[in-house]
Order: sequence, then C-alpha cells, then structure tokens
Amino acid sequence: MIYLQLAWEFMQIGLFAVGGGMATLPFLQRLGERTGWFDQQLITDMIAISESTPGPIGINMATFVGYNTAGVFGGIVATLAEILPSIIIVVLVSKSLARFSSSKYVTYAFYGLRPAVTGLIAAAVVSVFRTAVLDFDLYQQTGVLSDLISLKYILFFAIMLAGIRKFKKSPILYIAISAMAGILLKF
Amino acid sequence: MKELLEIYLLFFKMGSVTFGGGYSMLPILRREIVEKRAWLTEEQVMDFFAVSQTLPGLIASNVSVFIGYQRRKTPGAIAAALGVVTPSIIIITLIASLMQDFQNNPVVRHAFKGIAICVCALILDAVISMWKRGVKDWVGVLITVTVFTLAVFTQVSPVWLVLVSALAGVTVKRAGEGKT
Repeated sequence: MIYLQLAWEFMQIGLFAVGGGMATLPFLQRLGERTGWFDQQLITDMIAISESTPGPIGINMATFVGYNTAGVFGGIVATLAEILPSIIIVVLVSKSLARFSSSKYVTYAFYGLRPAVTGLIAAAVVSVFRTAVLDFDLYQQTGVLSDLISLKYILFFAIMLAGIRKFKKSPILYIAISAMAGILLKF
Repeated sequence: MKELLEIYLLFFKMGSVTFGGGYSMLPILRREIVEKRAWLTEEQVMDFFAVSQTLPGLIASNVSVFIGYQRRKTPGAIAAALGVVTPSIIIITLIASLMQDFQNNPVVRHAFKGIAICVCALILDAVISMWKRGVKDWVGVLITVTVFTLAVFTQVSPVWLVLVSALAGVTVKRAGEGKT
C-alpha cells in the first residue's frame, strides 16, 4: 500500500525536519536512496520547481515528490502527512506558548540543532553538486575522469554563487537567468 | 463556519503568493493579519515566526497553525493549515504532470541543466547564511563538521543526527551551567 508508506515517511519528515523547508531536503534525498521511489535528478528538478513556483518551498517539495511517487493522490497524501505533526505540535504549544519559548532546555537544544541542520544541508549541497555541476553524462560515455569536471559548469556555478551572495535578489530571478543561460549555451 | 472559511481562504491566499521559504510569508502576513484585520499585534506575529523556527515541521505550516489556533482554536488551526497547502498541491500537481511530457525536449533539458546548477548555488548560499547565523563557537563547528561528514560518507538517518545533536546541545549547555 504505497499511500500508507508515503504517509508514514512524510509524517516522519514533518516531525524531524527542524528549521523550515530546506531542512526537509536531506530527508527527501535519503528517502529516495532508501526506497528507490525517485532519483537524484528528480531532486534537483524538485528544488528548481519548488523555488520558482508559488507556495512555500517545503510544501511544494512534498507535493512534487508525492506526485512523482504515486500520482495525484500521492501528492496530496505526502503533503498532508508532512504537515500533520506540525498541526498537532503547534496546537499543543499554543496552549502554553509562554512557558515553551522561555524554557531554557529549548534554547539549549537549539544550540546543538542549528549547527546540525547546517551540516545536513551542506551535505545535501554535495550530492546536488555531483549531479548538477559535475558532468556525469559525458563521463559515462567516455570513461575519462577529466570529463567529469566540466569547466563550463563550474564557472557558471561560481558566477551564480557570487551573484546570489552579492545582490540578494529573489531566487526566481536567478532561476530565470539560469534557464536562459542553459538554453543559449546548450548546457 | 463562516469564520473558518475566511481563515481557510486567507491562508489559501498566503500560500499562493509566497515564493521560496516560509519566511517570505512574513510581509504579506503582516499586512493581512496586523494591518487589514487587526487579528494580532505585530509582536505576536513576530513571536509566532520565532517559535515556528524552533519547532519541527515547515515554518509556513507552523505559523499558519499558530494564527488559525489563535482565532478559532483547533478547527481554526486545521483550516489555516489546509488553506496554506492547497495552492501548492494544485500548482505543483499541474506542473509535475506537464513536466513528464516535456522532459525529453532538448530545450527544456538545457534549461533545467542551467537551473540545476543555479539551485546548487542557491542551497550553498543558504548554508553560508546559516553557518554565519547559527554556528557561534567551537562546539557548533564540531557538530556541523561531524554531521556533515556522517551525512556525506555514511548511511546514518538524518533523524538520528538531529536527535543526537539536540541532546549534545543540552548536555554541553548544562555542563557549562554547573561551572558558573
């Protein structure tokens, strides 16, 4: 029963991903590796689409993965399952908000959680980098290791990163520019 | 019932005009909830955002549930949560179904290759900002590097890495407490 499995997996993601939509990324990657429901290529498409369409990125990613795993109903199940823990937890916390936010143990836990989430998302960058920036297609055709490193892609990556850090514009702008560059330069 | 529908529709609107992370909801939320409707004060909205970051789950759904609950208890919370996810479900389902038809088109492939590289840079940018904001001392550096290494080179579930790090945070801080 794929829907039950999806619901179970996404409920766990909703429960353990702390720190917003991007924090679900490492969980989604591991889910794909473990179940074989989708591959790394789908993950990069997922991020691109989720960033450049309306809707909070975490919710978009859940719908996208759910849809690609089990169709329209899969998208609905994954999304609702992911927000279910949030509904329960926030309702409980709402009842005693003042006590929760002044609890020193919450502050203490976050002292360890923030660096952990940083490390997890940094690891996600590594695996996205492998498929997005390194040229695995060419490497598989030729088997020559130097073909794996595409100067064109790495240069474009460096330019985009510099632009993002410097100008702090909306991600949609950078995604639009990159789509144009990809078409014009035949990436 | 009328108010629940109003909550649902308001958060439906939030979901359809948000781009990117849950944080990008803040300006619209302030305008709709604080200025137009006076449901909450500015400080309350900021508090909800702050606490939402410290709870499991997506920031967008956490904030929506907080505000919905504040208005109409649990039914309000559910209405807000359903409202904020509905636009995503509709839009992403449409795009994902269209994508299957266009996936083998070379122009689309070139565009997505460009986008994939950009996405990688966008996430790295997020990591750099998180590092600057959240990693403040050598304990933080140690946790970041350990989690990163384990996540890249082993198959350990992120669930364990998150749990153990939270525990480490509490342990280190409590030990520090004893000394002062």
